[in-house]
Amino acid sequence: MTGFGVELRDVSVRFGATVALGGVTAAFLPGAISGLLGRNGSGKTTLLSTIAAFRRPSGGSVRVDGEAPWENPRVLAGIALVREAGDVPDVRVGEVLRYGAAMRSTWSGEVAERLLARFDLPRRKRVEHLSRGQRGALAAVVGIASRAPLTLLDEVTLGMDAPARYACYDELLADYLAHPRTVVLASHLIEEVDRLLEHVIVLDRGRVLVADEADALRARGVRVSGEAERVDAFVGDARVLRRETLGRSAVVTLYGDLGSDARARAREKEIEMHPLPLQDLFVDLTDRPGSADRPGGAR
Amino acid sequence: MFHGRDPIYVQIADRIRADVVEGTLREGEQVMSTNQYAATYRINPATAAKAFAELVADGVLVKQRGIGMFVSDGARERLLAARRARYFDDVLAPALTEARRIGIDGDELVERVRAALARDDAAASAAPADPVPTEPARTEVGA
Repeated sequence: MTGFGVELRDVSVRFGATVALGGVTAAFLPGAISGLLGRNGSGKTTLLSTIAAFRRPSGGSVRVDGEAPWENPRVLAGIALVREAGDVPDVRVGEVLRYGAAMRSTWSGEVAERLLARFDLPRRKRVEHLSRGQRGALAAVVGIASRAPLTLLDEVTLGMDAPARYACYDELLADYLAHPRTVVLASHLIEEVDRLLEHVIVLDRGRVLVADEADALRARGVRVSGEAERVDAFVGDARVLRRETLGRSAVVTLYGDLGSDARARAREKEIEMHPLPLQDLFVDLTDRPGSADRPGGAR
Repeated sequence: MFHGRDPIYVQIADRIRADVVEGTLREGEQVMSTNQYAATYRINPATAAKAFAELVADGVLVKQRGIGMFVSDGARERLLAARRARYFDDVLAPALTEARRIGIDGDELVERVRAALARDDAAASAAPADPVPTEPARTEVGA
């Protein structure tokens, strides 16, 4: 297996009284493209910074390729964390690429040049003078060309327009197919990155809400509708994320395994079953409950 | 390309099954590799691999180590048999339930089915049927 795996055990990060990460236990599988999904402020950036040893956890343990990354030159040389904001504002685009080439043994100059042209990035411009979309594109170029065993892309497509975002996904996938490595894609544009992902971790308020294979997640999110009493009996113990009633019928969104005979049972009771797109499942999983208009809401 | 209702690997497997049944993919023909599939449809290769694993388990594809995946002998007939077996439960039973629900009686149903079958027979004898193309409809690139 190529690429560094990541294992997190009970990792917490506190800023004063603020808990950014509250005991995260999770793994990013070596050689896989994983999605780190979560709303703004859910702790995605803090988690990636902790994995890349930009920040030391307040508690718990981080293992990258089996070792603690903190002040560990071997491991750090294999981690590329890129973020849209850009970490070097006052240098020119060309210098950023030269720096990457000098820093990384895995760097592909050929990929960097091709992507620079594809994203139409001006080589002589200073990073601080680039548009937001261009800064994101530059981050993507660095992230992909690095070919690091652990590539962490933190919302790099923010500010990019739709054609540029899709170009970015295509380039990432094509280069990953040719040179498999561990990729973590932090994003809230779930619909767009969905099909790239093998594994998904959903963060919510500094905690892991769901960690699963992407296909398993897609199979577990289901919306069922029908006569209210029948629907409730059918749903049984499954985790209900949302329940809406209209007259005598009910629409219930749930997360869980309904068993292999679910379709037959649904048909018998005249209940309709629709799998939930990942995006909808994410919204229902991370929606703040507590609004009074949602009887039977989760949690 | 893909709809959001079923897992993508299920959609890929369904499409390959449909291609085999329709003869677009012929028995013994090589299918695209996992990576070719991933690149063409812009999906994670693990997703494509999962679809292929399911098709191998079902006997639709066979893996030849180091060469690639091929449509297995008898795959088309096996798929047709499975679809025939499911037809009564998946297609006919719901249609009959709906008929009962809206008050179509049994005699009318039987009459309609007979008439429809007679029409199809007449159409089939007018034009010679050729359900399977004689030439491979597409050729696949080797791995």
